[in-house]
Amino acid sequence: MKLQRTLTLCTSGLLSLFLNPMSYAYDDMPGGPAVRQLNFAAPVTKIMEDIHWLHWFMMIICAVIFVAVFGVMLYSILKHRKSLGHKPASFHESTTVEIIWTIIPLLIVIGMALPATKTVVAMKDTTNADITIKAIGYQWKWGYEYIKGEGEGINFLSTMSTPREQINNLEEKSNTYLMEVDNEVVVPVNKKIRVITTADDVIHAWTVQGFGIKQDAIPGFVRDTWFKAEKIGTYRGQCSELCGKEHAFMPIVVKVVSDADYSTWVQAKKKEMAALADDPSKTYTLEELKDRGSKVYAANCAVCHQPNGKGGGAFPALDGDKVVNGPKEGQYQVLLKGRNAMPSWARLSDTELAAVMTFTRNSWSNHTGEVIQPSDFVAARAAVK
Amino acid sequence: MTTVTTAHDIAHGHDDHDHAHAMPHGWRRWLFATNHKDIGTMYLIFAIVNLFAGGTMALLIRLELFQPGLQFLRPEFFNQLTTMHGLIMVFGAIMPAFVGFANLMIPLQIGASDMAFARMNNFSFWIMPVAGLLLFGSFLAPGGATAAGWTLYAPLSVQMGPGMDMTIFAIHLMGASSIMGSINIIVTILNMRAPGLSLMKMPMFCWTWLITAYLLIAVMPVLAGAITMVLTDRHFGTSFFAAAGGGDPVMYQHIFWFFGHPEVYIMILPAFGIVSEVIPTFARKKLFGYSSMVYATSSIAILSFIVWAHHMFATGMPVTGQLFFMYATMLIAVPTGVKVFNWIATMWKGSLTFETPMLWAIGFIFVFTIGGFTGLICAMAPIDIGIQDTYYVVAHFHYVLVAGSLFAMFSGFYYWAPKWTGYMVNETRGKIHFWASMVFFNLTFFPMHFLGLAGMPRRYADYPVQFADFNAVASIGALGFGLSQLYFLLAVVLPTYRGGKKAEAQAWEGAEGLEWTIPSPAPFHTFETPPTVK
Repeated sequence: MKLQRTLTLCTSGLLSLFLNPMSYAYDDMPGGPAVRQLNFAAPVTKIMEDIHWLHWFMMIICAVIFVAVFGVMLYSILKHRKSLGHKPASFHESTTVEIIWTIIPLLIVIGMALPATKTVVAMKDTTNADITIKAIGYQWKWGYEYIKGEGEGINFLSTMSTPREQINNLEEKSNTYLMEVDNEVVVPVNKKIRVITTADDVIHAWTVQGFGIKQDAIPGFVRDTWFKAEKIGTYRGQCSELCGKEHAFMPIVVKVVSDADYSTWVQAKKKEMAALADDPSKTYTLEELKDRGSKVYAANCAVCHQPNGKGGGAFPALDGDKVVNGPKEGQYQVLLKGRNAMPSWARLSDTELAAVMTFTRNSWSNHTGEVIQPSDFVAARAAVK
Repeated sequence: MTTVTTAHDIAHGHDDHDHAHAMPHGWRRWLFATNHKDIGTMYLIFAIVNLFAGGTMALLIRLELFQPGLQFLRPEFFNQLTTMHGLIMVFGAIMPAFVGFANLMIPLQIGASDMAFARMNNFSFWIMPVAGLLLFGSFLAPGGATAAGWTLYAPLSVQMGPGMDMTIFAIHLMGASSIMGSINIIVTILNMRAPGLSLMKMPMFCWTWLITAYLLIAVMPVLAGAITMVLTDRHFGTSFFAAAGGGDPVMYQHIFWFFGHPEVYIMILPAFGIVSEVIPTFARKKLFGYSSMVYATSSIAILSFIVWAHHMFATGMPVTGQLFFMYATMLIAVPTGVKVFNWIATMWKGSLTFETPMLWAIGFIFVFTIGGFTGLICAMAPIDIGIQDTYYVVAHFHYVLVAGSLFAMFSGFYYWAPKWTGYMVNETRGKIHFWASMVFFNLTFFPMHFLGLAGMPRRYADYPVQFADFNAVASIGALGFGLSQLYFLLAVVLPTYRGGKKAEAQAWEGAEGLEWTIPSPAPFHTFETPPTVK
């Protein structure tokens, strides 16, 4: 089975080597990288403009030094050859020259550091923000909570929406391949947005190239950064700190909209959240829970345990698993506390947890017939703590 | 710089089979080796095996990245490969190779009969294959090798399977080996120099290694501490790096990089030393500014202890922290610049010839300087926020570690191989190796600057389609670079050990130093009576 999968992958890989180049007619990604982009992303914030400027400033100084130094070397290589009969000179030190070429680079370095200092100070100034958003890194998705300013109280998870078929070369890749999500972060234009980062499991990093920001999200700690987008549009980034196997698959997408559009979005998002809110005291049927659970499973669990529940590598099969078919307490423990590579899933709602647990206990060859209600998880949370 | 009397020594050292220290034969010669040349050779063999193993992993990585999408490797295995490629190249290839050069050349350059502690030397080598087996064996552990990146950042490294524990023990062993090797080098250099060879007359290679050895002793225990804390966090319920128990994941990074930044100088200072030997030889002119080279090397070593957090600008340091580490890092450009100026001043008005060692040395200066400039760009905190953890950083450190350390070692091999083997290296083949490596190296790593600026994160098994073309170019370059090194092994190294044009005692016209006063190949025992340097 595993061998077969490996073989299929290898074959599709080999085929794609020969077939794909012809179909590679991609356009620039809106708000993401351009095809064969040579420089930083186009600036959307003042900070990114500064970064562009600093980079050009450094490039020019380095290029001048490079040409000067290697010009001298090249001249020496061409003229001071033994084959041209050049006799070696005997000098081998000169304090004056050595002092000069220590002082000059020192002055150049100081000249470089001064403009950079201004930008560093500006980048670190997260005060007086209009809106504060908390970005939480999970293995492997981002969660967002609007904690201050218009939209306060909104929270959602943001998962990559690129289908697995595209990644496995079974479908044509889209233009926004790997840099698209189901729920985008929406912010108003020309407003100072403070982003607080933290993480649930390992270190992640929240980046948007066009904004010129990158901030590690550190479990158990909060850090912050800020941006003030000056152009309406969609801007993208990718997790920038190694966080495990799906590191490449947790992009960041920020939609910058006008003030009016932002207010509309806030209203719509709040309504949507109210409609989705689950009542943990409600009692569901087995079918309802299995149905809901299959969606929770596909969104959160299938990436490691596989859609068929067979697992693979370090990730155990759930199909026929002892814990899944054993006493409920064991599975509560694993779901809420995590185990080895399995993170804690306590951030899911009681209804979602109940649904996914019911689903795993009644799918594939698992037929426990048990129905786990949200109220069971309310109790389990108390017990596990 | 040095005038030498050695006639006395040669008569004694050569072909003297009745001598009490006759050369052992068979496997005992290697397993119980105490001769610095044998141990040095074994270090070099160990390093080249690791170079090819790590290189194979790099090629697998480039194979997967040839095109967007997942074709050959699953991401979890891809991450194991990037991690192990880094660890093997740093701890298995570059570091042991420099220790090999030190073992072979330092006693010859200072006129010592052997290293100070010959048996410890044996032990410090034979620990390495054991550590290597642990490291490679970790691929077979449940869950595979560690996939936390060569930096082994907690808490990701705490999540890994038993492969991580094997890696931790392997690094412990390699650290112990490095410390023993360093003690040996320091004691040898400080105590066993030939009469009259004062420190400030010593060849530059010995100076750079002396400073490197101090760096190693200072920082290897720090690394051992960091990974031991990861080990106890994993198994013994401590929480050094877990916030829930009062620890801090960023603390790991501070400790790691307190080791990690001096480590990059550990891997480049001996390279500076080799280049400082080769350039004067082929310029037929003394090294310009010898004493300022010594001071520059020492200042680089000292500065290397106060710049570590420039690897961590994105962790969110206070503004003063960012500014301090930015300034300190940029300051390193000054002594490094002085070194480059000194090399060029050495070439200036020399009588230059361009044998293979010289080509590699000039190639080194050229590409290393590019890596130095990108280092300066990375040091600027605001720019670094844009390129941290992207392919720009990958390009930068390969320019200084491959085009820096590795190219300098190639230069050193072509330069000293006549002394080791007794035969001159085939010049045509050496030049093919040089030009092929130079072209393919740049083909591989130059496009990565663009990828990084455009935002392609490193350690990604898959990437947006817009990055496809540069990745394809890099993969083709990597294959070419790999094949060039295979050519080096099969068409240059092995044939040179078998035969070729006989090398004279002084293999190169402009060469100076004690190593050129003894016959080529260097006899098993050399300088049993120390030469006198005037």
